[in-house]
Amino acid sequence: MEITLTHYLVLSTVLFAIGLIGVMRRKNLLMLFFATEILLNSVNIALVAISHFYGDFTGQMFAFFIIAIAASEVAVGLGLLVLWFKRYNTIDLDNMTSMKG
Amino acid sequence: MFEAAAFYLFAFLTIAMFWITVTTKHALYALTALAAGMIFISAFFFILDADFMGVVQLIVYSGAVMALYAFGMMFYDTTRELHEKQGNNTLVFVLSGLSALIVVAMVAAPLVGGNVEAHYPIVEGVGNSQAIGMVLFTKYLVPFEVAAVMLLVAMIAGIVMAGKKMDESYSELSEDEIDTKNAGGVA
Repeated sequence: MEITLTHYLVLSTVLFAIGLIGVMRRKNLLMLFFATEILLNSVNIALVAISHFYGDFTGQMFAFFIIAIAASEVAVGLGLLVLWFKRYNTIDLDNMTSMKG
Repeated sequence: MFEAAAFYLFAFLTIAMFWITVTTKHALYALTALAAGMIFISAFFFILDADFMGVVQLIVYSGAVMALYAFGMMFYDTTRELHEKQGNNTLVFVLSGLSALIVVAMVAAPLVGGNVEAHYPIVEGVGNSQAIGMVLFTKYLVPFEVAAVMLLVAMIAGIVMAGKKMDESYSELSEDEIDTKNAGGVA
């Protein structure tokens, strides 16, 4: 049985949906970061698969830059998390409602 | 045949690991399941002949990002169970499924149209890492430098935000001293 591009796109969809479920359900900042990583990784799979099946390096390049962006996101996000935890002693999302109307 | 077996095995493992990550009530399970899922995703990159991306995935995600998250875990009471939003579960599933389908439609629309051409075709007789280097340092040199600057900015931001009052070691203070410090520090 031949593995085609469709297989990889379906897998990417499933992983993206799992990540979105995590973003919507989680109540903790750290768990929210985990779900974000899942989103980024599912897109990476789709990009590299398209790059492979169309013989083009652009997909791999973009996946490479997405990894770099994910790394900076983690660095800045964890810095903010540390700040928030020092000030309020909690990282629950329900307490971050200072912009609630 | 082997490719199909590997694809289905790793697809099952990845989905299972990420499902554990978003559903488990224990933060440590979520962390380890996420790390395992990252490692399994690198297997897809190796199957797809993207050796360089596979190695980068292993080093950056399973190495650096997971170490950072493990560091973040210390702000987290791992013995306490997570409390989830008890909202409308059907709505969550429908919304996430729809959004994922739309994303795939956006990615797949040019493929269905059939007007995709390789801008930077894969060169014959050259290894993956070498070919990546040839494309990265010619066509994508400017984005590469911008990404480097972005990583530097992120590093400085992380140090500035997390490094405040690093000279005070809480482990050498008594409980009362920490309490008075916290009482004075809370805005």
